[in-house]
Amino acid sequence: MTEPLFSVRGLKVALPDMTRKPLIGRAPLAEILKGLDFDLPKGLITGIVGESGSGKSTLGRALVRLLEPSAGAITFEGRDIAHLSEAELRPLRRDLQMIFQDPMSSLNPRHTIFNIIAAPLRQNGLGDRLKERVAEALQRVGLPQSFAARYRHELSGGQRQRVGIARALALSPKFVLADEIVSGLDVSTQAQILTLLEKLAAEMGLTVAFISHDLSVIRRLCQQVIVMREGRIVEAGATDALFDNPKEAYTRDLLAAIPLPEIDPDWLRPKAPA
Amino acid sequence: MSVNVEPCLDIRGLSAVLPNGQRVLRSVSLSVHPGEVRALVGESGAGKTMIGKAVLGVLPKSVRIVEGEMLIEGEDLGRLDPKARRTLIGARTALIPQDPLTALNPSRRIGAQMIDRLVRILGWNGEKADKRIRQLLDEVQIRDSERVLKSYPHELSGGMRQRVLIAAAFAAEPRLIVADEPTTALDVTVQKQILRLIAQLQRDHGTAILFVTHDLGVVAKISQKVSVLYAGKVVEEAETAALFEAPQHPYTRALMAATPRYTDPYASLKPVDETVLAGLAAEIAAADQAWRPRHD
Repeated sequence: MTEPLFSVRGLKVALPDMTRKPLIGRAPLAEILKGLDFDLPKGLITGIVGESGSGKSTLGRALVRLLEPSAGAITFEGRDIAHLSEAELRPLRRDLQMIFQDPMSSLNPRHTIFNIIAAPLRQNGLGDRLKERVAEALQRVGLPQSFAARYRHELSGGQRQRVGIARALALSPKFVLADEIVSGLDVSTQAQILTLLEKLAAEMGLTVAFISHDLSVIRRLCQQVIVMREGRIVEAGATDALFDNPKEAYTRDLLAAIPLPEIDPDWLRPKAPA
Repeated sequence: MSVNVEPCLDIRGLSAVLPNGQRVLRSVSLSVHPGEVRALVGESGAGKTMIGKAVLGVLPKSVRIVEGEMLIEGEDLGRLDPKARRTLIGARTALIPQDPLTALNPSRRIGAQMIDRLVRILGWNGEKADKRIRQLLDEVQIRDSERVLKSYPHELSGGMRQRVLIAAAFAAEPRLIVADEPTTALDVTVQKQILRLIAQLQRDHGTAILFVTHDLGVVAKISQKVSVLYAGKVVEEAETAALFEAPQHPYTRALMAATPRYTDPYASLKPVDETVLAGLAAEIAAADQAWRPRHD
């Protein structure tokens, strides 16, 4: 068994519930994550799957400490980072990188691709040999060097997502959070991005949390899976075992709801009443 | 379906251009017969939504139709004056949009919006419209219709809003519905319920549906006929069962190999081969070369 990069115990996150916010005063807190226990083994890609409202994105944001948990421990390389201050987190930021769903909104429209990739390098004390490092980052994700001078609107969706990956990996992080990174892309582009992430994760020995609503994508990419629902873990395990023999009814329902690209006249028939 | 039945929607050689002369629809032909679901599948930029918009007469001003006909139940939209065209489209077609939140007025209650639409389009009185709406909410399996009718759009879940819009689309008994990625924004379990509902209502009402989607999985489940679109051109047209049995065009085959399948992870999610894309580019270029608009 590989030793875990992350070890999470009793993780709870509560966030202000803006739908119940009174006109004056604070919004009451709603518990989004209701006590999670899991490990992320070093060098593996772990899929985190769930429908909207399952808390999967909140979980990702807690792991990279964009959020502070309300309870529980997040042990990263043997150290509990759940309640570290922003100053204490600073040296860890380089190791905890993220790629988001929509590269259009996560890339600054007024910066060249060069500056977008260079900014985190500068912030993390890697400002020397900038040109070289950016060139290397572009090459790694299969983009031509000429792209350094371009702006985000000059790029296709797939190319933008490559820039997102280049930026995150330029810092040689230990951990990458990938939150729905292929959701907005066409299937042909999806396949390219997944293949790229798979290759780079293996080459660089990355530990990845791959958040997605798409079980088909998760099966292809991830070595283990966590299925979430309403802030709790429903089921977790090695990918093949979980897909071939799902233990929980909810996991089975999720799988059965995926419309596979094959003819099945029974698929749309209403379920016979139990 | 026998050939002598008049199609609900018949598009013949439709071409459209942008102000710079670039073609965005390339001699598109397709038909949807009564009681039939035709899927229009393609990736982003293929022009599938644009075809839906052309049918509903809501193309952006920048897109100009330069050639071709669109017939709804045999009536040529191009031969009608704008007012008659709008009336015909309003009475015989309806839209199920991708995002119910933008299709609904956020500041009005659901019930009032749905009733108004029927009163406006069909000239019904409020009472008759109200009755019809309740009947349809029942058909889309909304149990607490009283609460839903009094709600504002933001108070309902995404799945519930989509049910409301499906009810609204079928309420006026259109002959043709354009469904534009109606389940793309929904969770898979909700998507399955919504697809089931659309199929059920479509059968019960005998409506023809032009179903726009990017997802070959959805195509396989909902449609009987399918047109595969690339760069505004129909590259393959077939019965859905035949398409999945034996896809003919290299692009269709590539699209199928790229579509994720959890049952077969390593045979799916294949990147589209460069030679396929080069072939498509050549095919499009050849079609454009041969194309001379009949009038300009």
